[in-house]
Amino acid sequence: MAADGGAVRRRKDDEGSPALGAVAGRSAEAGPLELDRLIHERVRLGIVSALAVNGSLSFTDLRDLLGTTDGNLSAHARRLEDAGYVVCMKSFEGRTPRTEYGLTDVGRRELNAYLNHMEAIIEATRE
Amino acid sequence: MWWPRWPDSPEIPGLARTLPNKVLDATDFKANHSPMNLPAKKLRPEVREPVALRDRAIDNLRFIRETMERSASFTHVSGIGGVGMGAIALAASVFASGYDDPVGWLVVWLVAAALSFSVAILTMARKSRAEGIPLLSGPGRRFVWNVTPPLAAGAVLTLALAYAGLTHLLPGTWLLLYGTSVVTGGSYSVRPVPLMGLLFMAAGTAAFVSPPGWGNAYMAAGFGGLHIVFGIVIWRKHGG
Repeated sequence: MAADGGAVRRRKDDEGSPALGAVAGRSAEAGPLELDRLIHERVRLGIVSALAVNGSLSFTDLRDLLGTTDGNLSAHARRLEDAGYVVCMKSFEGRTPRTEYGLTDVGRRELNAYLNHMEAIIEATRE
Repeated sequence: MWWPRWPDSPEIPGLARTLPNKVLDATDFKANHSPMNLPAKKLRPEVREPVALRDRAIDNLRFIRETMERSASFTHVSGIGGVGMGAIALAASVFASGYDDPVGWLVVWLVAAALSFSVAILTMARKSRAEGIPLLSGPGRRFVWNVTPPLAAGAVLTLALAYAGLTHLLPGTWLLLYGTSVVTGGSYSVRPVPLMGLLFMAAGTAAFVSPPGWGNAYMAAGFGGLHIVFGIVIWRKHGG
């Protein structure tokens, strides 16, 4: 798990295929399936992807965009926040609370690593 | 008390004969290595895995791209709405050409503009409902912010020019500023939208250098023709 604030893990990979081992910042430890689980989950991947192209998005925007429920989104967003991938800014608009999410540098780097990983998989399995 | 001799070691003579088929006690190789006892993993052909993995990787990348596009671009510009606005403009140009006095002409076009905006807003709301994305989410708000200033400038100039009696300059002003608002608002929308805006701006510029009597024709070609043509393109290619 990369819950350690997305610290880059490098481990000598001896079993994964060389093409996958070559992905920067991501080890192919137990084979190519060992992904960044934190970002791999659909809702979390959606949050990070959406935030990567929008400076910040409100809780309701994200919820409607990803088609999830309040509880589901906040649980996933909390995990990303704990890992330091996203930041959560709470404020008040008059009396209504407003929650904005933004992507951190760590989150952006991890999304890049994930994209590289996916590309490496496609490259390595090309017929 | 007498107990039967429990076969606790394979060395006991007679064991192989008394329990010849008991797997747990048997010492022969065949019983423990039948295909039924092998791990299921080895029965599965291993070639399939990279293919499934590849498909999933492609699927993940597609999901990321679609999420990025959906979250960043304003996709509610409605082609049907464009066709409707074009039809209103064509009808208005026919009506307006019957008026010789500038006030009547102006009123016809202002009514047409109000109708057109209602159609635009209604069809955008309809399309956003169909797509399941709220109209005024992140990109929607940005669209409004980008579209409004040129339109507001157009409204101010309309008042100023009408009071000054320069109504023959209105077609060029309207086409130019409407085009500007479509270009700025459409920068987050599908490709045909900003292109349509540029053509509106070109039509407005042309209207300024043409004889004043052509104003109504430029209005029909711009607000009627461009809306209908691009409305059909958007309708066909981008749904709704």
